Amino acid sequence: MSPDDARSAIGARFSGAEVGTGTPLMVTVAPGHWAELAGFAKETLGCCFFSFLTAVDWKEQGLEVVAKVDNLDDGLAVMMKTRLGPGVSTCASLTPIYRGANWMERECWDMFGIRFDGHPDLRRILLEDTWEGHPLLKSYAVDTPHPPYR
Amino acid sequence: MKGPIPEIPAPIWRNFKDLQEWELLHKTRPVDDKHSVLFESVTEGIHSFPGGFVVTTAADAFLNWARKSSVWPVTFGLACCAIEMMATFCSRFDVERLGMVPWASPRHSDLMIVSGTVTIKMAPMLLRIYEQMPDPKWAVSMGSCANSGGPFRHGYHVVKGVDRVIPVDVYVPGCPPPPESLLNGLLLLQEQIKHFKRTGQRAAPNEKVD
Repeated sequence: MSPDDARSAIGARFSGAEVGTGTPLMVTVAPGHWAELAGFAKETLGCCFFSFLTAVDWKEQGLEVVAKVDNLDDGLAVMMKTRLGPGVSTCASLTPIYRGANWMERECWDMFGIRFDGHPDLRRILLEDTWEGHPLLKSYAVDTPHPPYR
Repeated sequence: MKGPIPEIPAPIWRNFKDLQEWELLHKTRPVDDKHSVLFESVTEGIHSFPGGFVVTTAADAFLNWARKSSVWPVTFGLACCAIEMMATFCSRFDVERLGMVPWASPRHSDLMIVSGTVTIKMAPMLLRIYEQMPDPKWAVSMGSCANSGGPFRHGYHVVKGVDRVIPVDVYVPGCPPPPESLLNGLLLLQEQIKHFKRTGQRAAPNEKVD
């Protein structure tokens, strides 16, 4: 499926989605359509390769979750975004659709404190279990004391 | 004077959730030099005997010569400084002529070269390897990261200097220090080892430069 076909297919399927014109194909949807969009990208657009998932902290505007999936056969790349809104830190999990999202979402929970509903094993992945706070949030002070070493 | 060394319980891993919990057990272990009280009283007796100081100082000088001539660093590379450390161990700079053999077991080693960034997650393991080394033991902090945290000092995960975890004898500045710097640090360490017991205490670490 070519990028133009994918663009029109997404526009027809998700009425509220903002679809970009460049490459990779940027799609911004409401958080309610997040898992639905991922399922559509996998089943209909053929994006079977899960590239990455991360988040952006936009301070007052809240968190934004970003994921990129690829259709390696057709050279199609879809960058999916969703704005969770101010104060919201829950999002639908993509792990039931893409197994590769498992550790990415655990890292996202670790660094940004986003709880992914439907994730099978949402624990910290990089920091130890006793860590307090989520360090990549803008509100996290870099010199937070961490006994006994700092 | 240090207290008695607590007995180490048998390692039953399934009783512990993770390594951090295991480390809590060893928090009470001293990191200073352990020594035998009996041996110390005997040598003190000889030292106080008229003319006995000749024997003890000569023995100290001999033992310190032996110690400084066979410092075995434990192979402990943490980051890019480890590359320079490997270069120092290899044939071009060749610390083996100083009696140093990079050894892959902390239980046979006298020296730990902390070469690289120490993260908060790595610090308990570092302390644990250090505790496995037999006394007397020394530590060299190599590079800016190990000295003070270096460029990652304001990171959320970095220990701001390895001297917050283990006692350090020599600080080697640089990012990373070239093999010549590390070699100079090792020679400084040998100077310190030469005065190890004769002064009754360890020499102060060299001045810390970031």
